[in-house]
Amino acid sequence: MTRNKEILNSLITLTVREVRRFLRIWVQTLVPPAVTMSLYFVIFGSLIGPRIGEMNGLDYIQFMIPGLVMLSVITSSYANVVSSFFGVKFQRSIEELMISPMPNIVILTGFIIGGVARGVMVGIIVFLVSLFFYPDFTIVDPLLTISVLILTAILFSLMGFLNAIYADTFDDISVVPTFVLTPLIYLGGVFYSITILPEFWQKVSLANPMLYVVNTFRQGMLGVSDISVSFSLIMQVFFIILFGAFALYLLKKGTGIRQ
Amino acid sequence: MSDLALKILSLEKKYASGVKALDGIDLEVKKGDFFALLGPNGAGKSSTIGIISSLVTKTSGSVKIFDIDIDEDFNEAKRKLGVVAQEINFSPFEKVEDIVITQAGYYGISASQAKPKTETTLKRLGLWEKRSEQARNLSGGLKRRLMIAKALIHDPELLILDEPTAGVDIELRRGMWDFISEINNQGTTIILTTHYLEEAEQLCKNIAIIDKGKIVENTSMKELLSKLDVQSFVLDLNQPLKNLPSITGYAMTLSDPSTLVVAIEKDKSINEFFAELSKMGISVKSMRNESNRLEELFMEIVKSND
Repeated sequence: MTRNKEILNSLITLTVREVRRFLRIWVQTLVPPAVTMSLYFVIFGSLIGPRIGEMNGLDYIQFMIPGLVMLSVITSSYANVVSSFFGVKFQRSIEELMISPMPNIVILTGFIIGGVARGVMVGIIVFLVSLFFYPDFTIVDPLLTISVLILTAILFSLMGFLNAIYADTFDDISVVPTFVLTPLIYLGGVFYSITILPEFWQKVSLANPMLYVVNTFRQGMLGVSDISVSFSLIMQVFFIILFGAFALYLLKKGTGIRQ
Repeated sequence: MSDLALKILSLEKKYASGVKALDGIDLEVKKGDFFALLGPNGAGKSSTIGIISSLVTKTSGSVKIFDIDIDEDFNEAKRKLGVVAQEINFSPFEKVEDIVITQAGYYGISASQAKPKTETTLKRLGLWEKRSEQARNLSGGLKRRLMIAKALIHDPELLILDEPTAGVDIELRRGMWDFISEINNQGTTIILTTHYLEEAEQLCKNIAIIDKGKIVENTSMKELLSKLDVQSFVLDLNQPLKNLPSITGYAMTLSDPSTLVVAIEKDKSINEFFAELSKMGISVKSMRNESNRLEELFMEIVKSND
């Protein structure tokens, strides 16, 4: 067997293990976003939405769908990798990976694919749920939509991985999602266009990276965006490379995993 | 190509806390050996094994596994290595068979290729009936056996067993040792750390004793045991004795009227002692070592290093 074939087998093994993990606990990993987002669609879409009227020339519920799909993708991909990698550290099964001849890039890729798989799966589930509330939804640019979906899932899986590397306790894996990610996502244009904000807050909003992710996805799904799509895509790719390289550096150094 | 499975030179490990766990150790283990690495708690055994298996980063020195320097190609060296860690390190929520097949996958073996070997190994270790159970439902002894199955799935040339029988009952332990001995006889080099010194004495051909981060003894088991000056034997007598007998040159005590304990120096003859007992009309039903011989030496060596 060639070395490349062995490496591919290792990657398939780790990926299957990661996917099997979140599918085994589907009640915790796949169902909650569907339930939560259904509530958002009922309350903000069907009940309050008609009173709000249009946003960027679209029905409010229609405007909200891409944001809520993105919200689910971001939180799910991040949560999958941070909990899975911290879990293997906590259970010591990380030793199985470290003792094996798997290159670090395979370990990182396996976990990231796991995070992307869950993020994309949850994104599709939430989108399907949204069709119950807005059956006429059509995706304007499927290629851009899928590209942003996958890039976002990769980016936040990487962030989850970095969080897990540095985490020593269960508190450490909940601090970033609770106090950093969630506020940034909610203030990142999920529920509103930044054009409705005063000029000062519009400028402040431009410093929020979630704004770019949400708006690029909205451009793909609805053809409307508050910001430049190409700039946003370049930044996503840039941060994926940056965080990926940093994660590999930390794995090589053994930060958080090797004494 | 040398005939060494493991070569360690001037290995040092200083932890961030400032603790110096290894103070420049040198160690060689030949291919096919059954090697004991012994030492008291905190002596540096786990640090040594951790460095060999990449769980711990070394401060300085070199480690070669089958002539492959871990600084040059650790992944290639790891392919030849199997490790049974001290602590259980598999996911408790996965099924027994999945754990072993997944472990094979980490070594590049596809699930279809790993299945026949998994079946053989699990059957040999008495785990086949439990293959569909979640690992958390296994008893302590079965978990230990699963650790061994995992470590062997890629046919390692060097198997490191870090206290693999801790907390395992005698029957299970003996079964495990039969299995490990069989693997050693088939050519796998084995390095063992254990607190059961009787096991090391029975199984291992060569031994190193590590204490305070230094190798204080490194020799063959036979050579080491020959250093024992005095051995104590417990004799179960056919008839109880009223008084302690006296034989010049042999120190004796009666632990109870039917049990005589005698300390026999290395240069004294056991035959001569038995002849003297016969003259006194004392007949012996059975005889055994009072305590583990290696344990006595181990205590001596570690004490002299204080």
